[in-house]
Amino acid sequence: MGRAPNFLELSLFSVMWSEHCGYKNSRPLLGRFPNEGARVVQGPGENAGVVEVGDGWALAFKMESHNHPSAVEPYEGAATGVGGIIRDILAMGARPVALLDSLRFGPLEEERNRYLFREVVRGIGGYGNAVGVPTVGGEVEFGQAYSGNPLVNAMCIGLIRVEDLVRSSATGEGNLVVLLGSKTGRDGIHGATFASDELTDESESKRSNVQVGDPFCEKMLIECCLKLLDEDLLVSLQDLGAAGITSSASEMAAKGGVGIEIETDSVPLRESGMEPTEVMISESQERMLAVVEPEKIDEVLLLAERYELVGAVVGRVAGHGDLRVIHDGEVVGTVPAEHLADAPVYERDVVRPRYLDDVPELDLSELPEPEDYNSVLLQMLGHPNLRSRRPIFTQYDHQVGTDTVVLPGADAAVVRIKGTDLGFAATTDGRGRHCYLDPRGGGAATVVEAYRNLSCVGAEPVAVTDCLNFGSPEKPDGYYQLAECIEGMSEACEVFGTPVVSGNVSLYNETDRGAIYPTPTVGMVGVLDDVNRHATSAFKREGDRVVVLGKTPPLLGESLPSEGDLLAGSEYLEIIHDKFAGLPQRSDLAAEKKVADLVRELIRSGLVDTAHDISGGGEAVALAKMAIEGGIGFDYDGEVEIKDLRHELRGDVVLFGETNPDFIVAVPEVRWDDLQNALVGFAYDLVGTTGGDRFKIGDLIDVKLSEMREVYERDLFESHAPEGGRIG
Amino acid sequence: MRIGVTVFPGSNCDRDALYGVGRVGADAVELWHADADLKGVDAVIVPGGFSYGDYLRPGAIARFAKVMGPLEEFAKGGGPVLGVCNGFQVLTEAHLLPGALLRNTNMRFICDRVRVRVETVDTPWTAGCDPGEELTLPVAHNEGNFFADPETLSRLDEEGRVVLRYLENPNGSANDIAGVCNEGRNVVGIMPHPERVSDPALGSDEGLRILSSVLVGAGV
Repeated sequence: MGRAPNFLELSLFSVMWSEHCGYKNSRPLLGRFPNEGARVVQGPGENAGVVEVGDGWALAFKMESHNHPSAVEPYEGAATGVGGIIRDILAMGARPVALLDSLRFGPLEEERNRYLFREVVRGIGGYGNAVGVPTVGGEVEFGQAYSGNPLVNAMCIGLIRVEDLVRSSATGEGNLVVLLGSKTGRDGIHGATFASDELTDESESKRSNVQVGDPFCEKMLIECCLKLLDEDLLVSLQDLGAAGITSSASEMAAKGGVGIEIETDSVPLRESGMEPTEVMISESQERMLAVVEPEKIDEVLLLAERYELVGAVVGRVAGHGDLRVIHDGEVVGTVPAEHLADAPVYERDVVRPRYLDDVPELDLSELPEPEDYNSVLLQMLGHPNLRSRRPIFTQYDHQVGTDTVVLPGADAAVVRIKGTDLGFAATTDGRGRHCYLDPRGGGAATVVEAYRNLSCVGAEPVAVTDCLNFGSPEKPDGYYQLAECIEGMSEACEVFGTPVVSGNVSLYNETDRGAIYPTPTVGMVGVLDDVNRHATSAFKREGDRVVVLGKTPPLLGESLPSEGDLLAGSEYLEIIHDKFAGLPQRSDLAAEKKVADLVRELIRSGLVDTAHDISGGGEAVALAKMAIEGGIGFDYDGEVEIKDLRHELRGDVVLFGETNPDFIVAVPEVRWDDLQNALVGFAYDLVGTTGGDRFKIGDLIDVKLSEMREVYERDLFESHAPEGGRIG
Repeated sequence: MRIGVTVFPGSNCDRDALYGVGRVGADAVELWHADADLKGVDAVIVPGGFSYGDYLRPGAIARFAKVMGPLEEFAKGGGPVLGVCNGFQVLTEAHLLPGALLRNTNMRFICDRVRVRVETVDTPWTAGCDPGEELTLPVAHNEGNFFADPETLSRLDEEGRVVLRYLENPNGSANDIAGVCNEGRNVVGIMPHPERVSDPALGSDEGLRILSSVLVGAGV
């Protein structure tokens, strides 16, 4: 700039160069992600990624974190996370049609964690339900590493015609800059910088950095913006998120290669006496910034009024490349827009952390084999990490819009596109424990899990958005984990042909108890050419043949994974043996793809309508869930001996091992021959038949379905208080 | 037949209701809250959502919208009106229907599918159903707990004005009431969302039993 910036200008830099806005630590690493593909219409760099679905339809989608605000003010933190991600999608011109989330909390035995869990879920519902966008899916896990530092990642998907896409670059000198939505207040000032620091005892005092959401206003904003775009009244559109007007205006200007002048006196204010700096960096919610040609301004303002929104001309597009702030007719700050939008980059050394060498090896000989597998299975099904998510998703409106074909609780949500045969599927997944034990392998496994989940419903996975939740990048451990997870994720995305088209980074997830597990979460979107050809995991009929597809047992000549590898980092180890150890086997990505693609083809061809992947809890838990959800029992085929088939593996390894590309499908007897023909050349086991009211696996497990249901469906919000009392 | 769907600020099932109307082969007409005009429709649906953000009380502000004037006249003249979810709440606030909808007893939002029984076919919105027919319909509400004083409750039973009853009560409603009608029987309010199960692609089209009833009654 050639001079010392004044206070206002420094404030602009302070918010824009925070990690949250500027990605100064993560940017060099993010370039590793593959982001091109045949279906990609818009890769990273806009408000959301966009992929083509077919028939001229496209999906705009993105995931974003609201971890820090949710840690101190869980209801509003989660609610505004939902509101913010919806506006990102809206800024692309798309109608938001689906929400998902990915959540992490500390163990429910601690009251603070129960409070955070309950209020975050209420906040997501409180906003999503009112705004009228269905919450169709998501995931949640509990672990000590997230105690006091919950992860709240929200994903939104929007539907749009390819030709209607809107870009955010400002153009046309003399065009007007219009602020739409709610008035601007002092809420959320320095939210972006708060989100880029570790959580400490003082964080509670930053509750005022958390914004307050108004879903009613957002609903009007959605309808108003879509109407404005429909009538072709806007040049460009941008949402206001972190760093408020500063961020939106400087990004719009930098992208268009123009300048923007903002008159802070023209911004409609919620409270009096706000300084220009406060107006510029306020993070008041439910606001959008639009560039409008002067001759269309009256129509724009009239429409805003029709939707009962504040609409005001707050500036104009200028030929110079600066973001200029004008107050009382005088320029009070001038900064080149591209400087603001282009934060410095910190390249750091990638140093392997010592802890990775200290992860205890898993020695199965020290692990007693359970005597009573019935009680082990029930204990697993009742654990918060594996238990039914019904008490959560029944608090979310998942049906508004009349397009949700596969409801929450399935491997992935399936949503139709009205007026076509097309549908899309979406899932969110994260594997923090695995990423801690092996960042690169865990990063890949995260993508694998999403790829499998989409395949299980019959969707072709097409692209990925991500949220990179990590500890401080200023510490070597955190930076290494970030770099390695990105590497693993990228490798998997390359093999699967699912580019990363949008994403968000949340660093500094640390408390005085230490950093969270490195937890990149992935939101993957897939396409169904015929939405009626989909599958769910629930058993559908009595007498179905149940088949496990995949690599167990290994084909002749392949090396056998060690028993320890199959249990490393598993739910079974943690829940039953209270152990967190071992190095999970790395995924064979090509094999994963081959089996998942096979499952998808079985569903697409109409042969299979029941499918589920084996993941947390292993084969026994997967089968048990299919039985509980379908209300139909299961009998392991008595003719086959587990130990022969599985190469003399231990019972617990077979039942609860996790890291193989295995799927379960079920078909009625009449389709059994067809299925066998379709599986020629693939490894599979016929494991049993559906029916009855008991769940039986060989001579190891024999429980009543009702007994399993009772532990599986126990209310996540009402158990766990130390005295067994009601939460809250 | 032309069926109007009111749109208040914050309505979010208006598009779904318009879609449902199309599914039964009627013409769907959007009725904007700020226009005191029913555009000559033959029946009106007040859809679900969070009109005016549910601020104050669900439905409490919507009842003062301009469109409510002609709607009340239409209802008093015997025109068929169906309030779904927030629409039910609006109609009770407008005193077109008895009772009130309180917070669910478990103090949570409930989105689920519930079994209900059709208790009377003597309304325009159940005329096509069989007496005692059981339907599985979606619910999605925070305030679905029907409340009325004991006299009103016994009158509703005596006069056969309970339209739908829950087989398993999700929200604490008095007498398991999921829907009621007015004395004239032309105004019906229900908490379940028939428009959400109006297409086999969504797993069920049982909601069409309700939505198409109004055509049966009109002899279409």
